[in-house]
Amino acid sequence: MMDSMIPVLAGTLAAATPLIFAGLGELVAERSGVINLGVEGMILIGAIAGFAAAAETGLGPAAGLPAGALAGMGAALVFAVFALSLAANQAACGLALTIFGIGLSAFIGQHYVSYSLPGLKPLSIPLLSDIPVIGPVLFHQDAVVYLSLAAFALVAWVLAKTRLGLLLKAVGESPEAAHAIGYPVLAIRYGAVLFGGAMAGLGGAYLSTVYTPLWVQNMSAGRGWIAVALVVFAAWKPGRLLLGAYLFGAVTILQFHAQGLGIALPVQLLAALPYLATIVVLVLISRDRRLLQLNLPASLGKPYLP
Amino acid sequence: MSQTPPRLTLTGISKRYPSVVANDGVSLSVAPGEIHAILGENGAGKSTLMKIIYGAVKADAGEIRWNGQPVTIANPAQARKLGIGMVFQHFSLFETLTVVENIALALDAPFDPAALALRVREVSERYGLPLDPHRLVHSLSVGERQRVEIVRCLLQDPKLLILDEPTSVLTPQAVQKLFDTLRRLASEGVSIVYISHKLHEIQTLCDSATILRGGKVTGEAIPRDETPASLARMMIGRELPVCEAPPYSGPSRPVLEIRQLSQRSDDPFGTSLTDVSLTVNAGEIVGIAGISGNGQAELLAALSGEAPSGKTTVWLDGEAIGHLHPGRRRARGLAFVPEERLGRGAVPSQSLAHNALLTGHRHGGMRRFGLVSYARARQFAQDCIARFDVRCGGPLAAARSLSGGNLQKFIVGREIMLSPKAMIVAQPTWGVDVGAAAFLRQTLLDLSRSGVAILVISEELEELFEISDRIAVLAQGRLSAAVPKAEADAESVGLQMAGLFNAEASHASA
Repeated sequence: MMDSMIPVLAGTLAAATPLIFAGLGELVAERSGVINLGVEGMILIGAIAGFAAAAETGLGPAAGLPAGALAGMGAALVFAVFALSLAANQAACGLALTIFGIGLSAFIGQHYVSYSLPGLKPLSIPLLSDIPVIGPVLFHQDAVVYLSLAAFALVAWVLAKTRLGLLLKAVGESPEAAHAIGYPVLAIRYGAVLFGGAMAGLGGAYLSTVYTPLWVQNMSAGRGWIAVALVVFAAWKPGRLLLGAYLFGAVTILQFHAQGLGIALPVQLLAALPYLATIVVLVLISRDRRLLQLNLPASLGKPYLP
Repeated sequence: MSQTPPRLTLTGISKRYPSVVANDGVSLSVAPGEIHAILGENGAGKSTLMKIIYGAVKADAGEIRWNGQPVTIANPAQARKLGIGMVFQHFSLFETLTVVENIALALDAPFDPAALALRVREVSERYGLPLDPHRLVHSLSVGERQRVEIVRCLLQDPKLLILDEPTSVLTPQAVQKLFDTLRRLASEGVSIVYISHKLHEIQTLCDSATILRGGKVTGEAIPRDETPASLARMMIGRELPVCEAPPYSGPSRPVLEIRQLSQRSDDPFGTSLTDVSLTVNAGEIVGIAGISGNGQAELLAALSGEAPSGKTTVWLDGEAIGHLHPGRRRARGLAFVPEERLGRGAVPSQSLAHNALLTGHRHGGMRRFGLVSYARARQFAQDCIARFDVRCGGPLAAARSLSGGNLQKFIVGREIMLSPKAMIVAQPTWGVDVGAAAFLRQTLLDLSRSGVAILVISEELEELFEISDRIAVLAQGRLSAAVPKAEADAESVGLQMAGLFNAEASHASA
């Protein structure tokens, strides 16, 4: 029994990785008071940019991951110019970015359909990976999985322990007050949105160059939307976000196994299960309206021009 | 004077906005250790002038000298670097952060909350401003929030401290404490610029005063050598108007009653009401004192019907109406003047005639054959404008084009013309100029003497003592018993505002 669980648990970490990146990025942007619904688009733009860079240079993920992050950041910059400098409606700009990302990635991806990449070998950490069960699950993963955990630790530490984290929260609550005591509100929000874009792009590039190293149109399959939902239901707390992402990852892997076992359920229903399970569980654990209201960045979605 | 130049000198400061001249050639000078008052009405240009000194607004013309040297102050950060600190009227604090986090964000020092918390404690105790550095700001009272702002300024070692209407949210006792702190700072050489429209405060606290009216300096004075009347003349150009409260001789019966109203607030930052009971009789004005955030918004919502409560908690003229929605309550003769004029009392973009329709469509005679008659609505608005001296461009002027005082006169007038049995008014003269405020108070007094029961909720103690027959205090969601004005004094009311009901009980028995 334990042995059959190991691949499931090990797969969970990898399946959750794109969500962790995209979710952390969106969490930082929302903490600063900007809701970017373009996460799905930024993931796809990052995915195709990463795939193209990996394929054309022949360097694989080493070129693909930075390229994906840069492309995601570029997409976020377009969003930021409209939603921040021009104070356009954030929801509308984000939706436009998602639609644009879907179209652009499909267009560029035409050249790469059914082209596959070598991917990335798992990295075994000496000694630790020999521990039974925990070893293969936690310490026999590809390098990007470790990177996602490092990113989580970094974001959680910055938000909880540093002046920058306080400043993000302050700007998200009251840009007026932050401006009054002399902080550059727009610059801070630009930074947060660009970070969000880079993280979404990185998540996308991981999908296309490591997780399933071949190009499939619309391969993010709604993960961007799940990331946006995760941030809200996690009450803007990184720890809860991580849990939500692993839940999604676990159900994703489990339903693959269920498909393999030939369970008599339509494949489409099984494929929808991770989304359904994640939302249901998150809604249940975040029923406390006060918790959400206390953590909600008060200026979320409201444009601010100094 | 040649050895020590003034700390701050303004010469010919002017600031024009598209529709108004906020400052017109303002000059003043503040010496080290001086407490200097800027006295003026709402709209006199005080706040604009302070924002210019603090670098938040740029002047069109004029010169600022700091310790004798000409400077340009481009932004608040630069002002702080010079040693200018500002305590805002509307606090610039972050509610979801702790005290020490709020202070850390405003300091340039390396980020170290633990060490800063010790300094906050030390400075706050030295100046008699006790604060717990680790409390979240949204759990603090308004007075405590002001302490956070002041301590935040003090930690930056200011040479000049600007306070914008600092006492409008404080109890009388807290005002005394604040004055002690300010005097102590002045004795240590800190210059203080104190903005207010309250004459007696300026007379007790300030060494000198500059009086503004319509953006211009209309006088400079040593407040202690002046009388309130002479200061008022400089501030508003004439004598302070006084209200007359004739005795009520008609039949007295309870009209508006609140019985054991308890209601939990939905808002995590709100205050729940606990066992609130009150009776307002025909022909009297009952005032509810208290610092906003102590349940005022919740009580108003429960009374107006925006947040209906149990059926028997609110009674109007012998009928239980606690479960009814606002429209039904208005139909039964309950009038309501909310605190927010624009957006709640009136629709900003619509004409006065349309705004008259908002509440007047029931009793105002604006319906004919079940349809709205715009001609009658215009006539109603016209009558209201004439009867209540509303200065505006006529019944078709948009609500937002009126000054605060004139819009308030229109809203109060509109409700009075519907001949209510009871009227609830929140902050009747907030942000209203002295002349209009006196008119509004007199209007409410006259209305009550015609047999209407009036409930006034206000933060201005002086106003409540001027017009109320009885006064109750709302603190932490509990309402004290209403006592006749003659038996109430500012000190005991102030203690109750701070939530010390027991102190009031022992005071009464002594």
